[in-house]
Amino acid sequence: MASDVRAGADGERGAGGAGPDNARRWEHFQHGADIGVRGFAGTEGGAFEQAAIALTAVLTDPARARAEQAVEIDCEAPDHELLLVDWLNALVYEMATRHMVFARFAVDIRNGALHGTAWGEPLDVARHEPAVEVKGATYTALQVGRRADGLWLAQCVVDV
Amino acid sequence: MDITGLHRRAEYEWEIPATGAMRVPAVIYASERLVQAMDAKVFEQAVNVATLPGIVGASYAMPDAHWGYGFPIGGVAAFDPDAGGVVSAGGVGFDISCGVRTLHTGLTRQDVEGVKHALADGLFHHIPAGVGSTGHVHLTPKDMDEMLVGGARWAVEQGFGTLDDLARTEELGQMAGADPEQVSDKAKKRQQDEMGTLGSGNHYLEVQQVAEIFLPEVADAFGLHQGDAVVSIHCGSRGLGHQIGTEFLREMAISAARYGIALPDRELACAPINSPIGQAYLGAMRAGINCALANRQIITHLTREAFARVLPRARLELLYDVSHNTCKVEEHVVEGRPRRLFVHRKGATRAFGPGHPDIPPALRGAGQPVLIGGSMGTASYVLAGADTSEAHSFSSACHGAGRAMSRHAATRQWRGRSVVDELAHRGILIRSRSMRGVAEEAPGAYKDVGEVVDAAERGGLARKVARLEPMACVKG
Repeated sequence: MASDVRAGADGERGAGGAGPDNARRWEHFQHGADIGVRGFAGTEGGAFEQAAIALTAVLTDPARARAEQAVEIDCEAPDHELLLVDWLNALVYEMATRHMVFARFAVDIRNGALHGTAWGEPLDVARHEPAVEVKGATYTALQVGRRADGLWLAQCVVDV
Repeated sequence: MDITGLHRRAEYEWEIPATGAMRVPAVIYASERLVQAMDAKVFEQAVNVATLPGIVGASYAMPDAHWGYGFPIGGVAAFDPDAGGVVSAGGVGFDISCGVRTLHTGLTRQDVEGVKHALADGLFHHIPAGVGSTGHVHLTPKDMDEMLVGGARWAVEQGFGTLDDLARTEELGQMAGADPEQVSDKAKKRQQDEMGTLGSGNHYLEVQQVAEIFLPEVADAFGLHQGDAVVSIHCGSRGLGHQIGTEFLREMAISAARYGIALPDRELACAPINSPIGQAYLGAMRAGINCALANRQIITHLTREAFARVLPRARLELLYDVSHNTCKVEEHVVEGRPRRLFVHRKGATRAFGPGHPDIPPALRGAGQPVLIGGSMGTASYVLAGADTSEAHSFSSACHGAGRAMSRHAATRQWRGRSVVDELAHRGILIRSRSMRGVAEEAPGAYKDVGEVVDAAERGGLARKVARLEPMACVKG
């Protein structure tokens, strides 16, 4: 569902991870009390990875997180947009129950099914200085699709 | 926002007439200044809510309304189950039963002033707050289910507080109709280490002084006097509520079409009250309410322990506990006829007028206490439900100030350390694990709560009783 995204990028942004496609990047956008996460990449999976880095950036500076342990994540959804929400909510759940922060992500999407890996480390309050926890990914400003320039965009607002 | 399309029904009441798919009008309670400052999205969302099946009266927005998810934050809507009415996971939100409780201390501002630093440190060390904090209470699966049914009553039975606390909590501390079976294992796991934790974001525990009394008679009935020291706690159902919200939002968004519900926005995800999904959600959501009530009850106990070490004379008695993210079954008179309605309040506080049987007997004549949270450095308010609140908004009022700027805009404008120093200069102590969190929650990032409560009063939603000013704040 294409939502009206009026507010532009607001604040944090970055280029996440090395890769052949140097258009990969993430950013936050404004939503009243909360924050929107947005990823761009040459593939849908890449855009999901970038959106996940933007999710980490809500909590802490992604550069402070180390990729020490891997967590595997699988989700399936009736459409691409719900799949993005499921992916981000799976990460929210893993962060909350494992008390981890994630630094790096790999996502493979085939036939509406997602297999992802998130690499991270236990949350260290002194080093990560976490600002705010994410309660959940929402359907607000939710959008997954290929833009005219060929780049994939994956975004939604997260409730903090 | 351009307000030329709004019909001004009264000085503080604005109507968007029902057109197109709207089943009822949308009504906004606010001053002209507040309504002009509202995001156009608030009106769009209030209009969208007005299209949902079985809605009764109007889709309401409170004076602190701002752009939310599906429903505006500060949105109120009531649905009739016998008219195809719906229950909406989006209309309750992720933080089920987030709310405020305020405690008397039996002390004055002067009693606290001399030991304020020790008290702030004691509270900060004793009450888990912030991202990744874990509680002192760890629940077995059996304990978890008992907590989800028992709420604050369960917590009191475990030794966290007294029976008197329950008398001063909505639903007497225990929401009926909770069904732990409808709460997923994931939601329970997410809660395992989080009982008795404040959380983060705009959640806090604050020591406050009563700075001004507006209605002496009602303040007397509430036990509030100028110069009193009180404690307010703002938090909700933690990870359990967030996970219930996440799961049912998805399920309802997918199933809506099956029930013939056209959703103008997926975030309005809902299901007929009289449907298996609707009933499952109500069972889970009520368990979430109990989780929030138990959580605030445990934090109350921890607060008493922290006070006892620094100020043994303190007697922390509960003034009241109100939730502002709920769906509750209530009887309201509509066009002269009493009807049983499912009232959603998303960022809105129940505000029963004087005499309502659900108000504790000692407070009944005065109206229900409506506790309005501030932010660090800004005032909080105690209001009382008004005689007129039922006719206006199914007995609902505002819940807080609402943000005026985004978190990032706030971090660009302020540094956490300088916010803490500046507030310390004004005599307000802040304790937080996250300086970035403090910057994001800087007082200047919020709207003027005074203007919001004035509009609530003049709009006939609630009456101003007292203004509370912060002395020390533990930020989540």
